[in-house]
Amino acid sequence: MPFSKVSGTNNAHKVVVYALSTCVWCKMTKQFLKDSNVEFEYIDVDLCEESEKARIREELQNKSGGLSYPTTIVDDKIVIVGFRKDKLKEALGI
Amino acid sequence: MTEITIEMVLKRAEADAQTYGYYLTPDPNLLQGLLEGLKVNEERYGYPSCPCRLASGKFEYDRDIICPCDYRDPDVAEFGACYCRLYVSKDVFEGKKELPTVPERRPLEKQSRAYMATSTSKAETAVGQTTVTVKAAEKEIAETKPKLWYCKQCGYVVFRDEPPYICPICKAKREMFAEIKTRIDFVG
Ligand code: SF4
Repeated sequence: MPFSKVSGTNNAHKVVVYALSTCVWCKMTKQFLKDSNVEFEYIDVDLCEESEKARIREELQNKSGGLSYPTTIVDDKIVIVGFRKDKLKEALGI
Repeated sequence: MTEITIEMVLKRAEADAQTYGYYLTPDPNLLQGLLEGLKVNEERYGYPSCPCRLASGKFEYDRDIICPCDYRDPDVAEFGACYCRLYVSKDVFEGKKELPTVPERRPLEKQSRAYMATSTSKAETAVGQTTVTVKAAEKEIAETKPKLWYCKQCGYVVFRDEPPYICPICKAKREMFAEIKTRIDFVG
């Protein structure tokens, strides 16, 4: 399953959310970004094919050092684990 | 199979909270979202695995994250809430303490199992290395056999791979648990 894209007018940063479809904190993160008009990509890892999960695990672990959901990565360098409004606002300047 | 309803999931969580002296999260939207996640997982896997963690779909791998998970008791004791914040302490419930952020306590090796557990055949076709990891994980499972543990403080006895983090009866720490080694000799 590829990343899904949500467009928004706040598109100055590259925002990627690793999420689970069952996770309420992931939903809140996505909703917060939508409400703030932030453009972002997300993937619901629990809905991915098994063969893809191994690849995503590597990617997520390399980038964030863990396997927690939601993990939001801004501009490939700022890693935000969990739904942290304060940190998201700070990283995105919103 | 009986249909799983939100009502059922809620009743079970309420009963469990009451038994162990916890409360369910006071935020109704958060509660609803958590219960929905549990319901979906129960429908999908046959057991209500933690909605905020990736399950493997294999019972042996997911045993520690079936709600209420093994990590709830130490997390509520230390932070005032479980990892998902479904179960909270009295202070958090009454608003005397803010809803905390709870770091993941589940060891990374256990988390990793969710990425290689189901359908070995598919994983095998992916990368050679994955095959090795799957085999290693399967071997590990074969090696972890449940044992009998007892709480030295209150006498509670449990049959599982590892002793609980906290005794569900008297709240003693894991260190208070000892393995019961039984030997049955048949003489004469
Ligand atoms: S973290 Fe909370 S909701 Fe998740 S499985 Fe553990 S007790 Fe249940």
